[in-house]
Amino acid sequence: MTAVTLTVNGTERSLEAEPRTLLVHALRDDLGLTGTNVGCDSSSCGACTVLVDGQSAKSCTMFAVQADGADITTIEGVADADGTLHPMQQAFHEHHALQCGYCTPGMVMAAISLVEEYPGLDENGVRHGLEGNLCRCTGYQNIVDAVLAAAGSGGD
Amino acid sequence: MTITEDAPAGHVGSRRLRKEDPALLTGEAKFIDDLALPGAIWVGVVRSSEAHANIVGIDGSAALEIDGVNEVLSGEDLAPLWGEGALPCAWPVTPDMKNPTHLPVARSTAKYVGDAVAVVLADSRYAAADGAAAVVVDYEPLPAVVEIEDAVADGAPLVHADLDSNECYTWGLWGDNAPAIDAAFAEAAHVVSERYLQQRLIPAPMEPRGCAAVPSPAGGELTLYSATQIPHILKVMTAVVLGIGENKLRVVAPSVGGGFGCKLNVYAEEILCSALAMQRGAPVRWTEGRAEAAVSTIQGRGQVQHIELAADADGKVQAVRVKLLADMGAYLQLVTPGVPLLGGFLYHGCYDIPNYMFECTSVFTNRTPTDAYRGAGRPEATYAVERAMDALAVSVGVSPEEIRARNFIGADAFPYESSAGLVFDSGDYQAVLDKAVALAGLDERRAEQAQRLTDGSSKRIGIGLSSYVEMCGLAPSRVLASLDYGAGGWEAATVRISPTCKVQVVTGSTPHGQGHETCWSQIVADKLGVDPDDVEVLHSDTAISPTGLDTYGSRSLAVGGTAVYMATEKVIDKARAIAAHQLEASEDDLEFSGGVFRVRGTPEAEVPLAGIAFAAFTAHDLPDGMEPNLEAHVTYDPPNFTFPNGTHIAVVEVDTDTGDVDLVDYVAVDDCGVQINPLIVEGQVHGGILQGAAQALYEDAVYNSDGQLVSANLGDYLVPSAAEAPRYRLDSHATPSPTNPMGVKGVGEAGTIAAAPAVINAVVDALRDLGVTDVDMPASPQTVWRAIADAQGGAS
Repeated sequence: MTAVTLTVNGTERSLEAEPRTLLVHALRDDLGLTGTNVGCDSSSCGACTVLVDGQSAKSCTMFAVQADGADITTIEGVADADGTLHPMQQAFHEHHALQCGYCTPGMVMAAISLVEEYPGLDENGVRHGLEGNLCRCTGYQNIVDAVLAAAGSGGD
Repeated sequence: MTITEDAPAGHVGSRRLRKEDPALLTGEAKFIDDLALPGAIWVGVVRSSEAHANIVGIDGSAALEIDGVNEVLSGEDLAPLWGEGALPCAWPVTPDMKNPTHLPVARSTAKYVGDAVAVVLADSRYAAADGAAAVVVDYEPLPAVVEIEDAVADGAPLVHADLDSNECYTWGLWGDNAPAIDAAFAEAAHVVSERYLQQRLIPAPMEPRGCAAVPSPAGGELTLYSATQIPHILKVMTAVVLGIGENKLRVVAPSVGGGFGCKLNVYAEEILCSALAMQRGAPVRWTEGRAEAAVSTIQGRGQVQHIELAADADGKVQAVRVKLLADMGAYLQLVTPGVPLLGGFLYHGCYDIPNYMFECTSVFTNRTPTDAYRGAGRPEATYAVERAMDALAVSVGVSPEEIRARNFIGADAFPYESSAGLVFDSGDYQAVLDKAVALAGLDERRAEQAQRLTDGSSKRIGIGLSSYVEMCGLAPSRVLASLDYGAGGWEAATVRISPTCKVQVVTGSTPHGQGHETCWSQIVADKLGVDPDDVEVLHSDTAISPTGLDTYGSRSLAVGGTAVYMATEKVIDKARAIAAHQLEASEDDLEFSGGVFRVRGTPEAEVPLAGIAFAAFTAHDLPDGMEPNLEAHVTYDPPNFTFPNGTHIAVVEVDTDTGDVDLVDYVAVDDCGVQINPLIVEGQVHGGILQGAAQALYEDAVYNSDGQLVSANLGDYLVPSAAEAPRYRLDSHATPSPTNPMGVKGVGEAGTIAAAPAVINAVVDALRDLGVTDVDMPASPQTVWRAIADAQGGAS
């Protein structure tokens, strides 16, 4: 076991992990942050997307030990402390961009990172920017519209 | 329509944002794998690597060396857990249907890749996975039958050695019509005879399956948590299979991350975890991996379709004759054999075809069992008839929209008794098609299509239509009885008004993404004149919602929502009696609107619902003999199905050099009856369209000749992303269903039913002048390129 120290949603957290423990399982099973979901075992679906040092990453594709010292943001950490939703979460709500909601945490995290990295995205840019995140319910149109709306409103 | 008469607030019909969203958007929602169960035993399932093999030996010694792996159990070891019990099939469609015993873990023979052959019990998810991978199974391979038509060939290997063939059943629907059908074909000016393939599909909800069984050793009770669409049905079946008293069993579906039919089942792992938890007195849990899901969760479709149309010189179809071969897979799951029947009534589509014959032979193969997948039989039927109608249009020399117009059931024909024996509720199919044609700008598209041809462009335009009707609102219990289904089709609801006039709705319908809480709140809020946020909707837990038949077949609103509507009316009736008592007026003289009872003609004599609710609670002054509290329960058994319908139009660009197909426009006009929440309706249609288009263009559970699934992960099984998805342009044309008081029909499967034929008709349309008349699904670049090459004289 290896000691791993992470800053997760602004709080320093420590855990003991096997070298092969995936970051997503450390977050879910060791730190109890179950908002980040697992949808596949081949880095295909993006349900487990979190921010690692501000950039979106599929947390099933990193070992926990690789994240030692990193600053991690999960879906639990994006709304304000008073419960006010992040503009991207709010845009997903207002555009009916989720149905079952399983892909949603990863989709929101990927979208937050996308609009931050590429200001001024058009629809095509959003569609290709999110192609690593699969949704089976929505047909994507409302997700795309939500991301464009959040980007337009300065969604950060 | 009665819904808006006493509904000044008008929540029904509004695009109200979902109350389900905040928990899902913030990660608060708890899915099955999120449950914290300290001390739980983790199950790893060892799955057959062979399509058909005798299990000669199971060696768990290497697995037991792994830290945290505690036991390795074979099917023989586990057999006493279920005794005579086996996984249930609830739909014996014929008296002589073959239903081979389906044990949760195979004892002697593996029948498909993915069949459970042993189980590892471990301290953690990683140890369970490591342990399952380390178990060595000694197989003696047997000949496997993989493809549907091979299963019925002479000398085919037997999937089940104790049966004398691979045929599961043959079910037909033609009554005394055979002579009339033969005559129609003999006299026909145009005959269309087509063979279509429905590839197997992997449902792939974003959340894989999972379950956890938690015993209460002192009380002998068990709580089964499962990512299921059907906690109520699962409870009954688990009780029966394992001999647990229903009074000792509670089933909970936590937040469920999509189902699309594949969580409408009773699975080996649910029975396994329940039995082990009872035996060990400890929580037992299992979470499915994605590659595991590809073989261990049911698959959809899997049919070979032969459809023939006989039409007169004008293209008016006089008879349809269908012969189907349907792939059951190795075993029958909960409703496996019934899926083809759900399409079996709809092969005449939305057309007035007087003579009808349908016959389905279902076969066993050495593959994962099939079962209901979004649409369940109806997408297959719609695909066949809509492809065939396009072929007929070519034969007659008219446009796709004209051949449909000549054959539609007329708007004045409802209620319409179909030649397959159903009574269609309402519709105006021509008006729907006209709207779709206008919205799609068909004339402009056709001009563009012609221009590309004139220019000799390698990027051709294709336009495809699909008009559909489906049977939803499953189902009248007596009709299900006539189809030999093992349960009813009713739904239950309870409505309670608390002392402070908050409303609690308990529904037997089980959501997994559809938005029941929001829609049920809208219905109840309008009826009672309260705020939708003052309505809580409880579901998915048999301890809270003990009566229900769950969610599938686009039944939630038409059956479950109607039950909620009726229970609300029943509560209002009771409140009215109390109001009449308080106001010293006759009930007949009271009107109720905006949450207030008033005496007609005496506006100052009024009492709000809140006052009635508190009076019902204190019970100080109720009419003689009346029970306290405001609460009503309704179990609603629908008198008929509902029949949503629509026309979808797909526009594709096909690159004849590469075979690549780009879906450039998609128009859908649907009649799902009265809409409770158009925002949610549109979301259902969007997602449904993409799932149907995905069958047309991308998805395929590809098996090699050894019965190995070679597209078992999301890198190879092409669930589309946002980059492939088109922008959908929607409209609607509601004809309220007379079957239920709200006039609703259902919309969960519409998009999936309509989309695949629209897209493939468009692809064929783009290539018709090259001689292409058919393109198999999925129309991958390779398949399209080969279809072109073959039509051009085998230039490949």
